[in-house]
Amino acid sequence: MIERSGEVASDPVRTTIVHGRWTGYRRLLQARLKELFREPEVIFWIFLFPILLALGLGIAFRNKPPDAARVVIAGQPGSERIAALLRQAPAVPPLKIEVQPPAQAALNFRLGKFDVELLPLAGGVEYVYDPARPESVLARSLANDALQAAAGSKPAITSLSRVNSEPGSRYIDFLIPGLLGMNLMGSGMWGIGFALVEMRQRKLLKRYVATPMRRGDFLLALATSRLILMIIEVAMMLSFGVLVFHLRVAGSWLAIMLVSCLGALTFAALGLLTASRAQKIETASGIMNVVMMPMWIFSGIFFSYERFPALALPFIKLLPLTALNDMLRAIILQGSSLQSQAVPLLVLCLWGGIAFFFAVRFFRWT
Amino acid sequence: MGDQLRDASSSPVVVRCKNLRKTYEGKVEAVRGLDLTIYTGQCYGLLGPNGAGKTTTIEILEGLLEATSGTVEILGCNWRDHPAQLRESIGVSLQETRLSEKLSVRETLELFGGFYRSARPVDEVLDELALREKADAWVGKLSGGQRQRLAIATALVGNPRVLFLDEPTTGLDPQSRRQVWEIVRRFQAEGGTVLLTTHYMDEAERLCDYISIIDHGKVIAAGTPPELISGVGGHHRVEFALSGDPPLSAELWRALPGVGAVQFDDGVTALTVEEPHRTIPALLAVVEKNGWRLTQLTTRQSSLEDVFVNLTGRHLRED
Repeated sequence: MIERSGEVASDPVRTTIVHGRWTGYRRLLQARLKELFREPEVIFWIFLFPILLALGLGIAFRNKPPDAARVVIAGQPGSERIAALLRQAPAVPPLKIEVQPPAQAALNFRLGKFDVELLPLAGGVEYVYDPARPESVLARSLANDALQAAAGSKPAITSLSRVNSEPGSRYIDFLIPGLLGMNLMGSGMWGIGFALVEMRQRKLLKRYVATPMRRGDFLLALATSRLILMIIEVAMMLSFGVLVFHLRVAGSWLAIMLVSCLGALTFAALGLLTASRAQKIETASGIMNVVMMPMWIFSGIFFSYERFPALALPFIKLLPLTALNDMLRAIILQGSSLQSQAVPLLVLCLWGGIAFFFAVRFFRWT
Repeated sequence: MGDQLRDASSSPVVVRCKNLRKTYEGKVEAVRGLDLTIYTGQCYGLLGPNGAGKTTTIEILEGLLEATSGTVEILGCNWRDHPAQLRESIGVSLQETRLSEKLSVRETLELFGGFYRSARPVDEVLDELALREKADAWVGKLSGGQRQRLAIATALVGNPRVLFLDEPTTGLDPQSRRQVWEIVRRFQAEGGTVLLTTHYMDEAERLCDYISIIDHGKVIAAGTPPELISGVGGHHRVEFALSGDPPLSAELWRALPGVGAVQFDDGVTALTVEEPHRTIPALLAVVEKNGWRLTQLTTRQSSLEDVFVNLTGRHLRED
């Protein structure tokens, strides 16, 4: 709509365009998205980095058959008989058996070239193994089972084994929801916090508040841009898991998106809080690292937090990233419903709500 | 637009502030009792050295800082009761704003224009500020002069009635400074009112209709540039240096015909005179009579710089 203003004598007569209530918000959002997508670093850190990380870790920790257990037998009378018995017995994984002179056998075991050393005894065998090395414990037990079976001992009870390497129980299945949570935390905190401190440092925030811009619109546009990126992040990460690692998404995509949305907003609020007063990028990035560091360690991104002492678990479960990761895993891997996630949902909402309240209270535009 | 603003526009006073004070953290007194009255269509200059309180003053008027005491009235409104209306009717360019580097010139103006209920068409502003060629260039690629014109463009796109410019030409080359002056003159010619701060006396002298000279948070002199200059005691300056041990006696020189003021500055004696053609022959006669030798003699028009030196004993730019 174009109208002529200037009915008042002292006003300069100029053509003006009348804007609606939401024009400012729309322009802020457009500007924010343009800026983001014109920043190659943003594309890399938000979209590519987590996928590369998943790819690297997925390959490094892919499920593969364990290596053959390496057994060395000290060469003495009786060692050939033991070697022969071992070779008869079927073992999974297979055993790699060598007979070496006693001194060399002992040395090679110590150097880790063999997992277990066998010393023939009169009418039996002595195992030398290292209980701190899982492969050593396994090799001892495999060698013993093979020897006993070959010597004719019968199992006390019948047992059957079935192979299960189905998607859902592998490390990559654990990893992908964790990386997704970590990424939502990182891009929320950096994406909001960094952007704000930079704008403050550039005096751009001050310039904005010198216009009739509505401050609420500004924050709303930031949050909206965050959610738009979030949708792309989640979609890319999960499609990558599905296509490359055959991840099976058990729960509903809607529930995943809702939880991710809540996570993105919570961490955006935390980013807003950490950036509410900082005048320099360095200060803000220090604060953000202090906030995120405990969650990188404790919130079960790369390994289960159940490994920490039981005493620490209640506190770990109160961290926002723990709540987000738990929910993502429950929905993606176990197909849990949103209703079943009331506690972590509440934890996340409280973090987001409290952070937002204080951020708005403390926020400095200049 | 509110009725208040419409009523105010019929009054010739656009900005009025009284007894403005600003104390930072209870200690530093940046502004110490400042009065300003700016009329419609005026280009009003705040001239003063760095740290004089110019930026604090203009930011209080722009509603970005709160005064410790004193009153501010712009277009008949104040910041506490009518912030939204005031924001719509003023345009601001801060001393240093680094606009987003990854947005184009046009996108930046569209963004700023979008904040106003009624804004000027971006293309028109681009043409007016000679930025049309750079419309699609990223802000990061602009020269200093172009960036400054864009900063002013972001203030003009909201179709303001009052324009606040804080040090609009600091750090610019002479050509870019003249372009900025042209923009200010055009805005003024279309009926706009301007308040600008500067520490360039030539800028104040050429651009401003009325000037307040500020030092240590106070107005130490105010008037039109000719008024201020004639207040020094003459429109011309005669500056000379002598060899041969002349006395540093102001009395000697004040006795010459038509001398208003005498200053000694770094070996140079400066006389403020009304009629150089009467003073200079008398000066030469005194030099001749005492057997001194003239190592320097210049004569020029008085400037605002001289006004400032005369009032404070210091130069505007001590660098």
